[in-house]
Amino acid sequence: MSDAPLLEVKDLRVEFPTRRGTLVALDGVSFSIAPGEVLGVVGESGAGKSMTGAAIIGLLEPPGRIAGGEIRLNGRRIDNLPYEQMRRVRGREIGAIFQDPLTTLNPLYTVGHQLIETMRTHLDLSAAEARARAISWLEMVGIPAAAQRVDSYPHEFSGGMRQRVVIALALCAEPKLVVADEPTTALDVSIQAQVIALLKRLAREKGTSMMLVTHDMGVIAETADRVAVMYAGRIAEIGPVREVVKHPKHPYTAGLMASIPPLDRKVEHLAQIEGAMPRLSAIPKGCAFNPRCPKVFDRCRHERPDLMDTGATHAACWLYDKVENYA
Amino acid sequence: MFAFIVSRLLQAIPVMLVVALISFAMFAYVGDPVAIMLGQDFTEAQRAKLVQDLGLDQPFFVQFLKFVANAAQGEFGLSYRLSRPVAELIAERAPATLELAFCAAGLALVVGVPMGVYTGLYRNSWLSRLFLTFSLIGVSLPTFLIGILLILVFSVWLGWLPSFGRGEVVQLGWWSTGFLTWSGIKALILPSITLGLFQLTLIMRLVRAEMLEVLRTDYIKFARARGLGNRAVHFGHALKNTLVPVITIAGLQLGAIIAFAIVTETVFQWPGMGLLFIQSVGVADIPVMAAYLMLIAAVFVTINLVVDLLYYAVDPRLRVDRGVARGH
Ligand SMILES: Nc1ncnc2c1ncn2[C@@H]1O[C@H](COP(=O)(O)OP(=O)(O)OP(=O)(O)O)[C@@H](O)[C@H]1O
Ligand code: SF4
Ligand SMILES: [Mg+2]
Repeated sequence: MSDAPLLEVKDLRVEFPTRRGTLVALDGVSFSIAPGEVLGVVGESGAGKSMTGAAIIGLLEPPGRIAGGEIRLNGRRIDNLPYEQMRRVRGREIGAIFQDPLTTLNPLYTVGHQLIETMRTHLDLSAAEARARAISWLEMVGIPAAAQRVDSYPHEFSGGMRQRVVIALALCAEPKLVVADEPTTALDVSIQAQVIALLKRLAREKGTSMMLVTHDMGVIAETADRVAVMYAGRIAEIGPVREVVKHPKHPYTAGLMASIPPLDRKVEHLAQIEGAMPRLSAIPKGCAFNPRCPKVFDRCRHERPDLMDTGATHAACWLYDKVENYA
Repeated sequence: MFAFIVSRLLQAIPVMLVVALISFAMFAYVGDPVAIMLGQDFTEAQRAKLVQDLGLDQPFFVQFLKFVANAAQGEFGLSYRLSRPVAELIAERAPATLELAFCAAGLALVVGVPMGVYTGLYRNSWLSRLFLTFSLIGVSLPTFLIGILLILVFSVWLGWLPSFGRGEVVQLGWWSTGFLTWSGIKALILPSITLGLFQLTLIMRLVRAEMLEVLRTDYIKFARARGLGNRAVHFGHALKNTLVPVITIAGLQLGAIIAFAIVTETVFQWPGMGLLFIQSVGVADIPVMAAYLMLIAAVFVTINLVVDLLYYAVDPRLRVDRGVARGH
């Protein structure tokens, strides 16, 4: 990629100190997102997708903490900012969209109030200007009669409409990056496509980059430029969507793609791969995937593979070790 | 809105009728008012006349209806003990109790809510631990003991504050107030603390628990993700969402403060309704006891209504008339 990356995550490590020792939820996660790019993130439940998003917006739930690596936004380190400075990054430079629109809006305030307070926190706007913008944001996300609905409370909207409001809230201070954690999982199947289309359109219009976490490979194929496959707190493979879907290199990705039936494209149970993802307290030595891997060989059980160039993608798998291959 | 109030008032009627029945039953089954009022020395004619005057010769049902009709007008007859109209006695004593209850409730809210917010936000600070330990004392010590300890320290040892009575009061029409004199205000301090301490700790613990609950919700996380400042998140978003349960409990506790002022008033010889009630119980002065019961019931009913109205103001989801799912 020729552009300087907007977001750069390098060797990110997130730990949860517990009474029975420290759990490592993310271990050596590295990736970057270019300006205007959409990065899809997939992986089984518990792979660390949400954790990655939470670390980027600086809202890991204590006692979880970033224990290593760095996160840079436009070249500036943001993983070690003081609370008050990071607060000004949230909303203004990185927007967030959560999974369940029924619980992400404060029930006691009108949607207009919530939009206005977000904009006025970050932008220098008068109350009247902010209100006018709130209405135009509601229009942009496709809420009919926005001028009236601006004074409605969240419970007066349907789930799909509420998620549109959440999208407006995430974008209204014009961040350059949006972290969307399963933005359609909680919605009716019939409106998921509409909401994704809206998100995609707005991101393109505003030139916003996006980290889009989802279980739906269909959404990834349609929306994302590149995709990262996560496994047990690590990135297994990352690359352009078409390559990863059509020609997966990592054995886990291959199993994942093969397990997706053409009609129901959800990544839930992986018929092709025996066994289950390890718990954080019992991640195997070497390659985390080795107990389930059909192509496992001796080295996999002792040495941990980093992301390696496979040509079109990068995969964390010893099969693609250049030194080994040339040897 | 108006319909809502009316329907609430209608719902209160059966409650008040049941309390009226209990109060009335006391006349029939506790003590013998005639014997109490006549004293030792009387003729049979005097006795018969009194029975007739009091309406005690009429059937139960008629007597009850009369009682309700009178009670509705604030008419509870004569005190057996003092031979004065009960309504007058209560009106004399009410300001003392209401001022005390007001101060106690104010103290509980003004101190309890911030302490609850603080302990909810800074769960592990040493000050929070101190507050929680202190609240355990407030909850577990009986009221009379707290009162006596306060008297011991501040009246007997230090001599700063009076141990009994209201101090000097100023008469404003029929209302007598202790707020306008220095000695009246000083006299309010110890009884208010005694009466309000339990409620203070209760409200603090409630606010704390609710804050902890609300701070875990998605909309608080989302508010942070939108970059709102701590003040807006903690007070604008979190505290406001704790208000509904806090209003409920605070309302009920205000009722309890008025009702259970009895103990505090006894300890501090506070000339309020509670002391009047205790003195009346001693000699089975039924009209006073009945009036007091009815009054307390009325207080609870009123508070419930106010609580419901506050809900309505705080939580838009309860304003059903605005039309729920307009947005499909
Ligand atoms: N508070 C916590 N303490 C300890 N471990 C935690 C905590 N929260 C999450 N985890 C663990 O961190 C790991 C990553 O969780 P994360 O929520 O990122 O998964 P995910 O990929 O988003 O899964 P899903 O698809 O279910 O949303 C999981 O194994 C989870 O059990
Ligand atoms: S490193 Fe070894 S175990 Fe891991 S995916 Fe590659 S082949 Fe399988
Ligand atoms: Mg998740």
